[in-house]
Amino acid sequence: MRSKSETHQEAVSESDNGVIPLSGLRTGERGIVVGLNGGRGILSRMASLGFTPGAEVTVLQNFGRGPLIARVRDARVALGRGEAGKIRVRR
Amino acid sequence: MTTHQEFLAPPQASTEGPTEVRPVLVALTGQPNVGKSTLFNLLTGLNQHVGNWPGKTVERKDGAFSYNGTDYRLVDLPGTYSLTANSAEEVITREFIIREQPDVVVALADAAILERSLYLVAELITLPAPVVVGLNMIDVAEQEGMKIEPEVLEAALGAPVVPMTATKNVGVQDLLEVVDQIVKGKKTYAPKPPQIRADHQEVMAEIECLIAGCVPEPYPQDWVALKLLEGDREITRMMRDCLEDEQWEQVHEVLREHDDALVAVAGGRYEWIGRMVRAAVTRPKTGPIGLTERLDRWATHPFWGLLILAGIMGLTFWLTFAIGTPLQDFLDTYVVGGSADLVQTGLSGAPAWLVGLIADGVIGGAGAMITFLPILLIFFAVMGILEDVGYMARAAYVMDSFMHLMGLHGKSFLPLFLGFGCNVPAVLGARVIESRRARLLTILLAPLVPCTARMTVIAFLAPAFFGAAAPLVSWGLVLVALMVLALSGVLISKTIFRGQRAAFIMELPLYHVPNWRTIGLLVWQRSLSFLKKAGTIILVISIIVWALSMLPTGDVETSYLAAIGRFLMPVGQLMGFDWRLMVALLTSFIAKENVIATLGVIFDVAEGAGLAETLASTFSIPTALAFLVVQMLFIPCAGTVAVVKQETDSWGWTAFSVGFLLVVSLLVGVIAFWLGNLLGL
Repeated sequence: MRSKSETHQEAVSESDNGVIPLSGLRTGERGIVVGLNGGRGILSRMASLGFTPGAEVTVLQNFGRGPLIARVRDARVALGRGEAGKIRVRR
Repeated sequence: MTTHQEFLAPPQASTEGPTEVRPVLVALTGQPNVGKSTLFNLLTGLNQHVGNWPGKTVERKDGAFSYNGTDYRLVDLPGTYSLTANSAEEVITREFIIREQPDVVVALADAAILERSLYLVAELITLPAPVVVGLNMIDVAEQEGMKIEPEVLEAALGAPVVPMTATKNVGVQDLLEVVDQIVKGKKTYAPKPPQIRADHQEVMAEIECLIAGCVPEPYPQDWVALKLLEGDREITRMMRDCLEDEQWEQVHEVLREHDDALVAVAGGRYEWIGRMVRAAVTRPKTGPIGLTERLDRWATHPFWGLLILAGIMGLTFWLTFAIGTPLQDFLDTYVVGGSADLVQTGLSGAPAWLVGLIADGVIGGAGAMITFLPILLIFFAVMGILEDVGYMARAAYVMDSFMHLMGLHGKSFLPLFLGFGCNVPAVLGARVIESRRARLLTILLAPLVPCTARMTVIAFLAPAFFGAAAPLVSWGLVLVALMVLALSGVLISKTIFRGQRAAFIMELPLYHVPNWRTIGLLVWQRSLSFLKKAGTIILVISIIVWALSMLPTGDVETSYLAAIGRFLMPVGQLMGFDWRLMVALLTSFIAKENVIATLGVIFDVAEGAGLAETLASTFSIPTALAFLVVQMLFIPCAGTVAVVKQETDSWGWTAFSVGFLLVVSLLVGVIAFWLGNLLGL
């Protein structure tokens, strides 16, 4: 059985491999979700909206400040900058 | 009733004995924006009842229809993305399905957002009730070049899948036919629910083993185990209460080791959906750039988006003044004034107090509501259209950064904007905000938005006191009100709601052509519920205030109301108010525009130019300024208080709302008076 610390280590080593928060993607850029941070409530909402590991995300609008818009599983989702920072993606 | 009996009786497995034949119960579910209301209205027409779920401020719609000789009862469950207890909507949906055991659950999915839509289906299909999937908006999906094979989906799900377009009434009959077949046992239902991912199967089995035999009826045991693994708040609480301490410790220990399971379980569902969708859907490599994306380049742009929003706000105000205000005057003169005259002539032989009670108390109160209806209708219609077209979410998005300054997020903007028309829809509109704290804060701030009733008072009094400077004073007052709103927002979010920032994550739905039927019904239902809820309270308070102004002598100057006004004088004197101004403020509780009428009665002059002159010669400029400020920020009217109580579901917060505004209005009034004197006005 995989323990939690193992998955965590995985995430850390990946951060060298171009893992960035969703808010770091510019308009038009794509990424694959590798993980989510945050409390249970927000995690559950992000996951049910389609942000789960492996999902492809395209940023439709990101002006570098304020909220941003991403397309995930054919739906357009607006996220606050703080919330977008909790989604880790690989470019 | 009896004629349907033979159709209902034989195939019903779940009816408890032969005593009573109930209509077939169908629950309508789906994620937000999948067109649930359209289908509901199409099936039930005006044969529907709108209320609230018990103890919740979530709308409940119940309707009836018949198909193929069978009577159906259709319950519209709230739109939700999943069935994990994040909000009241999710809990209501799953509790209804588990406890009421509907004969069929219709799960509406958006064909153009198939994967995401099927997420809810993946959850529904694990529950005991049979699920029929309505694949709605198939026309939109086809426009985007997607080809969906419903049979493949059906085979993979083990549940019927019916392609349809509710807005064009396409496929709705097919859906009903399938529901009918399931109900009558002509179609077998053998669901193939998603299996939990291999790496968590062992833990699931462990949890199920630990809770075996202790899960309360009618919850399915494997479902409870899964929700425990997902860390569901409600189910965790339920099982902690049901299990012995020692048993719970064991379960808790297992759960603690797997507190990351939530994302894995969700990911597992999406993998299951992904396999299904890959088999059933062929899509073009690059889809055409849709209307939504093209419109959003403007509508969500930080500059153009704000400009568009400002345009829509401007248009709404224009409609209010161009149509609402004249209609309001018309109703006031002919309907309200006319019926008061009628009462006076009709009851000419009756005692004076009875004529007064009916003409001033009852008609006065009812009139306040009737004359307000045009403006309310305009604002309800604007809100309904923006909601239906899909623009609401864009307005929330462009206003998010600004609303953050007040500890709110974008979703609070439109409800607050509605407040310019009337505070009642503003408070009601706060329902769109999921987080309770953000919703409460919006409700508390809404009465600070200057509504048209208050602007009417300002429009009359400002020229009386300030002459040519009136427009400047009026704008200044609006600005003061909005500044107080912003400061109160900062203050409350930094103190009472400290450290509880609401997350902003929200779908931007596809734009579509407005469905006038849906909007019309919405406006009708909201107006009706306003009249019912606020109406009774306004009427009662109107009669009480009228009685206070007449008792015991029949003269305002010696009435109980005047006595209360005189009792409150010490507060008023801080701003140079006399008892008459205090009484005028008190009567504004029925409806804000009553201030003018009350002053007219007390000063015993006609409401026109005579009153303006009398007022200007009676009060100093600083007092006048302070009065207008207090009037602008004073405790909300009875209708608003009524809906604040309804929406917060708490007397405590209602009292806080009233108390907070009382203190704030008097405080700012005193400051205005003091500033006015300082500047030697």
